[in-house]
Amino acid sequence: MTPEITPESVYRNRRQIIKASILAGTSLATASLFETFAPRRVMDNTGQALITNPEDFIYPKPGADEPANSFTDIASYNNFYEFSTSKSAVAQAAKNFKTDPWKLEIGGMVGKALLLDLAALRTIETVERIYRMRCVEGWSMVIPWIGFPLRELLERVEPTSAAKYVAFQSYHDLQQMPDSDSAGIPLPYVEGLRLDEAMHPLTLLATGLYGKTLPNQNGAPVRLVVPWKYGFKGIKSIVKITLTDQQPPTTWSTANPDEYGFYSNVNPDVPHPRWSQAHEMRIGETFRRPTLMFNGYGDQVASLYTGMDLKEHF
Amino acid sequence: MKDIPLPNDTAFHKQVLAINALLPVLLTVWDFNRNQLGANPVEFVTRASGVMALLFLVLTLLVTPLRRCFGLNMLLKLRRDLGLYSFYYAVAHFMTYAVFDRGLQLSSIAADTWRRPFIAVGMMAFLLMIPLAVTSTNAMIQRLGGKRWALLHRLTYLILVGGVVHYSMIVKSDLRWPLWFGFISLVLLGYRVAEALNRRAKPKGA
Repeated sequence: MTPEITPESVYRNRRQIIKASILAGTSLATASLFETFAPRRVMDNTGQALITNPEDFIYPKPGADEPANSFTDIASYNNFYEFSTSKSAVAQAAKNFKTDPWKLEIGGMVGKALLLDLAALRTIETVERIYRMRCVEGWSMVIPWIGFPLRELLERVEPTSAAKYVAFQSYHDLQQMPDSDSAGIPLPYVEGLRLDEAMHPLTLLATGLYGKTLPNQNGAPVRLVVPWKYGFKGIKSIVKITLTDQQPPTTWSTANPDEYGFYSNVNPDVPHPRWSQAHEMRIGETFRRPTLMFNGYGDQVASLYTGMDLKEHF
Repeated sequence: MKDIPLPNDTAFHKQVLAINALLPVLLTVWDFNRNQLGANPVEFVTRASGVMALLFLVLTLLVTPLRRCFGLNMLLKLRRDLGLYSFYYAVAHFMTYAVFDRGLQLSSIAADTWRRPFIAVGMMAFLLMIPLAVTSTNAMIQRLGGKRWALLHRLTYLILVGGVVHYSMIVKSDLRWPLWFGFISLVLLGYRVAEALNRRAKPKGA
């Protein structure tokens, strides 16, 4: 062995180690950076079991080729801008959201205003409703909700004859929803329905899904479900319901009146200004399926809109 | 046997770049196989490929300022690869749209491009990338001549603007990410403008 060869091999060896470390280090950094943006989806339904009554109202269930989406799909892909504008990040951001204690206030043009706490809310008898949910963004799911028809609550408060609309308001608080000031929409989130829409037997106040109480990211403890309208009408984590004689403002139509209307009925013939609404991506499927008028609930709800130009009142 | 010092080892730099540029593809395939791509894998792949195309475009345009400001001349030899990775991701982005959104129907793609401005802008940026990718070889640089090649490749600036505009047109309300890309683009393009003004201000031969 000559003295020159040993240092040379040591030098080369060290060089290989440095190279390997650079490759490994940068790869690790890139991979972890990428994975922080990649969606995560291991979800267990950890809600409390709800007792539901057998359904007495006949409503159209999704077809045989439309199985309900998994709990994981439903609970890991949410539009809830108060927590995050990234659908796959909402579940994590809403993890510690406090829904107990809760107060739901029902008032306005009513005979008997009502203030429900969580316990009172839980005493209302619930049923299961398996509905399609069509998001305005062009995707859809089938969701087995647990809840009660909104009309049951409205009948209890006895709307006055002047009441024509129902306004809803979500919970909002920067402490629990620190990201909400970058959501780009005015908050608290508000929504509204015409009184006859609100009284329709399909219109549900959901308190659970898949037999258990709602996960935070899906709008715990109580949210609206109007299956023939785009998903954003289904206001989440409701704190206030107000009967009124004026058409109430709604968050998305305030943020962008050209793109989102008050009615927002699912309608394949009225495109969103930036995308078509003729087809939808059913979560769990690979290709798009055609979107149904009123999301397939036309037989039940079309009569609410007779004589109305649905292109104008989109 | 002589060794090139690590800071000048272009082959190694390209290796590092290749592995890091393709890792997101591997991770996406891996995540897809173990059902970890989220509820809407098509949407995720569309977004991710689009953002990656934009990211590599920004990196491509960072080369010149970093060279001039910090003397990192080794970066110049990576610029072509950076640009091509941007192009590959743009192809993936376009293909995801063409296959899953449009069912691979040319007429449907054409109609959609005509109807929806944000698609038109994205499509323009994508189409402009093609001549740049085609002329990225040494042979093409020689055939075109350095000056003409450089002029043609200034289209990159327009592509960047198109990409950022396309991105900001599709978000519903939260503009933070598009604004971030917009800010970086403004810096990168501003640097070129400042440099051009500087060059004009200096007398010839100085």
